[in-house]
Amino acid sequence: MNLARKDYLLAAVFGIFALLPLIPGVLPSSFTQHVFLLIFLYASMSQSWNVLGGYCGQVSFGHSVFFGIGAYGAGMAVVHFQTLPWPGVIVGAFAAAAVAMVISYPVFKLTGHYFAIATFAIVEIFNRLFMVWDWVGGALGLDYGLTDTGIANFVWYESKVPYYYGALGLMVIVFSTVRWIERNRLGYLLRAVREGQDASESLGVNSTWTKLTAMGVSAFLAALCGAFYAQYNFRVDPPMVMSLDVSMKFVLITLLGGTGTLWGPLLGAAVLIPLQEYTRAMFGGLGGGLDLIIFGLLIILVVVKQPRGIMGILEDLTRGRKSRKQSEKGGA
Amino acid sequence: MTLFVQVTLDGLLTGLLYALVATGLSLIWGVMDVINFAHGEYLMVAMYVSYWLGFLMNIDPLFSWIGAAVFVFILAALTYKLIIKFTVGKSALSALLATFGLSMVLKNTALYNFSPNFRLLSDTILGGKRFLIGDIVIPLPQVVIGIFAVVVVGTLFWLIKRTRLGWAIQATALNKQAAELMGINTEWIYTLVFGLGGACCGIAGGLLPSYLAVHPEVGSLFSLIAFVIVALGGFGSIPGAFLAALMIGLVEAYSGFYIAPVFKYVAVFGIYIVVVMFRPRGLFGW
Repeated sequence: MNLARKDYLLAAVFGIFALLPLIPGVLPSSFTQHVFLLIFLYASMSQSWNVLGGYCGQVSFGHSVFFGIGAYGAGMAVVHFQTLPWPGVIVGAFAAAAVAMVISYPVFKLTGHYFAIATFAIVEIFNRLFMVWDWVGGALGLDYGLTDTGIANFVWYESKVPYYYGALGLMVIVFSTVRWIERNRLGYLLRAVREGQDASESLGVNSTWTKLTAMGVSAFLAALCGAFYAQYNFRVDPPMVMSLDVSMKFVLITLLGGTGTLWGPLLGAAVLIPLQEYTRAMFGGLGGGLDLIIFGLLIILVVVKQPRGIMGILEDLTRGRKSRKQSEKGGA
Repeated sequence: MTLFVQVTLDGLLTGLLYALVATGLSLIWGVMDVINFAHGEYLMVAMYVSYWLGFLMNIDPLFSWIGAAVFVFILAALTYKLIIKFTVGKSALSALLATFGLSMVLKNTALYNFSPNFRLLSDTILGGKRFLIGDIVIPLPQVVIGIFAVVVVGTLFWLIKRTRLGWAIQATALNKQAAELMGINTEWIYTLVFGLGGACCGIAGGLLPSYLAVHPEVGSLFSLIAFVIVALGGFGSIPGAFLAALMIGLVEAYSGFYIAPVFKYVAVFGIYIVVVMFRPRGLFGW
């Protein structure tokens, strides 16, 4: 029963995935395409965070650092070294994973609020260092010059359609990786550490190694998302990619969708990003902020009313139906 | 030498301001194990209250801090009643994220209503006043805030340690259920503690428009620094938070002056990481 329903859900999601490539044809509005590609991008970002925060239970508020390193990787390759972005993307992703593992070794010793505050501190340190680091453009950041369009440069000026497919591809990569982890030994180790670090250690799980691996994978994937973000915006600067606000996006989208679940980040992004983009389009502009007021209220509502997010709501709905059925049977 | 004394003095005065802001956070953390992400926004709200009282009704910040403190007390008590209450008993993170949502709402409400412009009161009683001892400049508004900080933190400490109310607060912090069995209304204690925590911030924010411009983002940095101070001081320790605040103020002043101004916050956040590597529960933590 349970398995069958899960398979239906999976089939439905893959069906939607199969239809997604048609959307640019069906929806010619570039704003709609922009919203969709942002959904894919933010779903990927949140999924990368989910590896560490959801499956392993280490809630990091420092992921904008790795996102930023990925973005700077692509940006430096294009602006500083004047090559294609791709080598920068790879170097950036590995650099992000390395930085993540080095800084988290001491930080993983901390628990609770001490851990959370340490990750805030790391974001602020990196933000301020990149602000004054001339080699990476300091506070002005990196601005892309005009280059040829095409896949080699991953740059297009006229159309959002290629970016749409790029973001979709990114999402497939990130989601497949997490699906693979979820089903394999690493996934079980992550969940064991989340459920009880001491208990799992007594059973021979090396929790430090597990957490560091999760951190490395998580940072690597986050950096790929950052690289896409840089290519889409043609510029990188510290507040744009390496700030607490960006970090919180990772956490909040996953939280809204449901932490530690494969589809949670996608659901969260699918609800939050259209809300954010359309309220921004409607009420935004100079001196606005109404979009973020609504965003903030929504966060409060989710945390207070349904901490397991949209996945939790869905589970309650299906469970409600099941228990109703059971009670009907019981009555008969 | 004069320079060193001047920098030390500036650092201590900044530290005292931080102490006033961080003590409220420390109190809330100690009693309820909640990190209030909207703490800096309380400061911002208090600054706007004080600013508008000064701008529209000509009340000087030297007096309008009372209004600001009362306003933020009510705001914080409402925060508890409407948000925090529902997160107690859930994961430690939920209160942090919910108050992050609140901080977004407060910050953007200020942005929506008052624009991103910087506003500063001119012609306040304390504004721009200073006195000299030898070559050392002592700015009066900062000194007044420092005196308030010492008085407020001292009063709070006395309240917690020496009064029946304080004992009730400590009992609630130690064991909520046992406290309830002893006839303590923990619901009321929580509301009061949240209100008092906010009010400390309200006093600081009420006095600040004498020398610091108010704008919607002004609270964000204070929030982060207050977190670092509270964690550096150790779980819920008010003296710990006070000393950590002075330490952070000095680190900020010395690194800003002797290294470069841009590095002062790198040093502030770096010192936290370094200290908790050796003492994972803060300097005065259990």
